[in-house]
Amino acid sequence: MDIKAYIILSLALFTIGIVGVLVRRNAIIIFMCVELMLNAVNLLLVAFSKMHAMSGVAKASPYFASDAQVFVFFIMVVAAAEVSVGLAIIVMMYRNVHTVDVNFLNRLKN
Amino acid sequence: MNLTTLVFILLSVMAIGSAIMMISSKSPVHSVLWLIVVFFAISGHYILLNAQFLAIVNIIVYAGAIMVLFLFVVMLMNLNAETEPVKNYRLQLVGVITGGALLLVLVSAVMKIDVEQLVEMKVGDQGLIKVLGMNLFKNYVLPFEISSVLFLSAMIGAVVIGKKDETANQ
Repeated sequence: MDIKAYIILSLALFTIGIVGVLVRRNAIIIFMCVELMLNAVNLLLVAFSKMHAMSGVAKASPYFASDAQVFVFFIMVVAAAEVSVGLAIIVMMYRNVHTVDVNFLNRLKN
Repeated sequence: MNLTTLVFILLSVMAIGSAIMMISSKSPVHSVLWLIVVFFAISGHYILLNAQFLAIVNIIVYAGAIMVLFLFVVMLMNLNAETEPVKNYRLQLVGVITGGALLLVLVSAVMKIDVEQLVEMKVGDQGLIKVLGMNLFKNYVLPFEISSVLFLSAMIGAVVIGKKDETANQ
């Protein structure tokens, strides 16, 4: 499979995430779109790892080309921590203003 | 067209279609369920690339833990299609046009580069647990330990944020 197919697939998923952040007003959906963007990047990292494996450079090391997949593992770690804190913030916001509409959070504007 | 290409196209259509359904469905619960379908499609891509460890971790951590947390919060707040805040039509159109223009620019830039690299499908041991575990615990052991501190601070942060403010009532 050509690497360009994977790049375009990841770009499409990433752009759908950006459009979701732009068009939705529900804070939870916006948060889910951020997760979608993270997953698009993960997919691209794994595809690049396998591309590097195909090219055959640095075949001397036993772990060659698996670094990108370790990075994906760390991205998942950070995403899990981010979700727990972010959902706590959204629950707190719901408790105070009784809505998840992000347009209600414009008190710092004036 | 061989079987690998067919599976790739099928999984890609499934991922992109479910992502579009996620951002366009009215009810937040349906959005969460569509996002789980996207994660399963991405896990299918990982299996196609022989990244078996990441495929399983993606299903367990994302589809299993994180999305259940999202679903739990959505149901806790009792959100449905009636309570859903809707942006006005013109702003939505502007958002879609902006995203489409970004996609157009990025895709045309990617099509212009003349790289003919292929991706290794279905073979290779980079994604197996043995290789990944050896790499993680030999070369990346310090970031691994630091991530445990990150988890601890995230846990404490979630508890501190979520706790009811008792001093405010006095």
